[in-house]
Amino acid sequence: MIEILESGPFNTVQDLGRPGYRDIGVTASGAMDPLAVRIGNILVGNDENAAAIEVQTFPFRLRFEQCTVFAVTGADGNPDLDGSELLPWCAHAAEAGQILELKQPPRLARVYIALGGGLNVPVVMGSRSTSLRGGFGGNAGRPLAKGDRIALGEDAEISMLPAAGLAVVEPAVALRDIFPAPADGVLPIRALPAGEHHLFAGDGEAFWRQTWRISSRSDRTGYRLSGDPITPTASVEMRSHGVVPGVVQVPPGGEPIVQMSDANTAGGYPKIAGVIECDLWRLGQARVGACLQFVRSTHAEARTVERAVARYVDDIRQTSKMVKRALKAMA
Amino acid sequence: MIVTTNRHASQRQIVAATKSRPRVSSIGAKAFLLEAPGEFDLAAQRRIWALSRSVKGWADLAEDIPGMTNLLVIFKETPEDPDAVVARLLQAWENAQSIDLKGKIIEIPVHYGGEHASDLPALCDLSGLSDREVVRIHHQATYRVFAVGSAPGFGYLHGLDPRIYMPRKTVPSLKMAKGCVTIGGMQTGVAMLTGPNGWNSIGFAALEMFDPNSPTPAMMAPGDTVYFLPARIEL
Repeated sequence: MIEILESGPFNTVQDLGRPGYRDIGVTASGAMDPLAVRIGNILVGNDENAAAIEVQTFPFRLRFEQCTVFAVTGADGNPDLDGSELLPWCAHAAEAGQILELKQPPRLARVYIALGGGLNVPVVMGSRSTSLRGGFGGNAGRPLAKGDRIALGEDAEISMLPAAGLAVVEPAVALRDIFPAPADGVLPIRALPAGEHHLFAGDGEAFWRQTWRISSRSDRTGYRLSGDPITPTASVEMRSHGVVPGVVQVPPGGEPIVQMSDANTAGGYPKIAGVIECDLWRLGQARVGACLQFVRSTHAEARTVERAVARYVDDIRQTSKMVKRALKAMA
Repeated sequence: MIVTTNRHASQRQIVAATKSRPRVSSIGAKAFLLEAPGEFDLAAQRRIWALSRSVKGWADLAEDIPGMTNLLVIFKETPEDPDAVVARLLQAWENAQSIDLKGKIIEIPVHYGGEHASDLPALCDLSGLSDREVVRIHHQATYRVFAVGSAPGFGYLHGLDPRIYMPRKTVPSLKMAKGCVTIGGMQTGVAMLTGPNGWNSIGFAALEMFDPNSPTPAMMAPGDTVYFLPARIEL
């Protein structure tokens, strides 16, 4: 069991999402930075899809009511256990009664707390993710609040954790070749042109050329971008069609919206581009006010990025297993 | 079949060679949208339903989402050869027989007018009809659920009388109530969530149409027939 001592609005329980129900209008939800959730879960010995806590408003504090393995991944910023700073991207053990605190990270947006055994909230339609729009899943369909107590699943590997913890090189560092760091503060985000790109004529090129700023009217559903408005050469009334996270739609005002984890499942605005899935975690870690530029990509490049991420995750999975097995054998 | 790709290799823009060719475009790397050619009608939708049924047999398919005379197909992996995927989708469309989903009949009592009918005056202005006429035309039609999406359980209904067509709003209502009976272009439906909504509200229905804990969470399914019953008219 854990108890939430302090939480800002919109901190939620998330796993890797609830795919498969878009055809009845149910958004997939899931972590905004799924890579951070996968790594956190591997570190604490969980299934990669176990439910974790997504913290996007700070400070956040929880108390462990039992001895628990946990890992804090995602945004840049060090967690703090009973007043001492801990390494992020590292599995640690907490004793009953200890308090974990997360402060506002310096640059990035979202921190994840993976717990040994995962958060044991009911599975609704195949997932433990909170659907804020639908008001179901996760912690009774709502954000975490002070006083909430949440049960943990069975922690199989608690005895196998090295005393000093078990850390990984975070993806932004380990994968810097395939996820180039922001240049002059502008985050590159790879996307493919989408269905109505051609309708934007010259403004289509302006879309790729200019720097967009993430507006304050952005949340888990979508990022609204500010910049020089772009408009199609003809107004189109699209028939409603399915959409996925990453789609970049252009409403009549001309400022694009990128659909994120709580994406609408259908849309009708013209689509200028679609962000490749592997770059979505970087958007999920970009904060209001951050700048980005879309980089025209290809299916082949998307596959290259996917393979590199898969290798990185596989390597962590294999190595952490090996380390834990070796320690157990020595014990 | 003529498949043309744009000069940019990544564009994947399939240009319809004739009016009868569907258009296939991509959203990101794993999702492909096939849009049926021609009219927005039941015949096109029946073929979309048939296409949906046939792609469900594909081993590499993750999800498919029927829309209004279109189908979004999401693959498990990013395809190595997107052109081959496009060709496969076009072939499946060619082979798709029209199927009619029989569906059930759903009757929705509506309180037309009143506080939730915020866009009824604008619709009267646009159509040149009286509010009474707009309401009568709306509840006398027979609607079919073409697709479910946008919000949990939200059914896109086809069958709107063109006299009460009204385009989506340029600036959405920020907090439209769950239950509002709305018109968006040639589509109508009942809002499933309270929140921003670009459609035009003409009334209110109190029926619960989604339960996440049910084995069949959404009341409406493609193919269902919907009647709006004027439970109350307040003009």
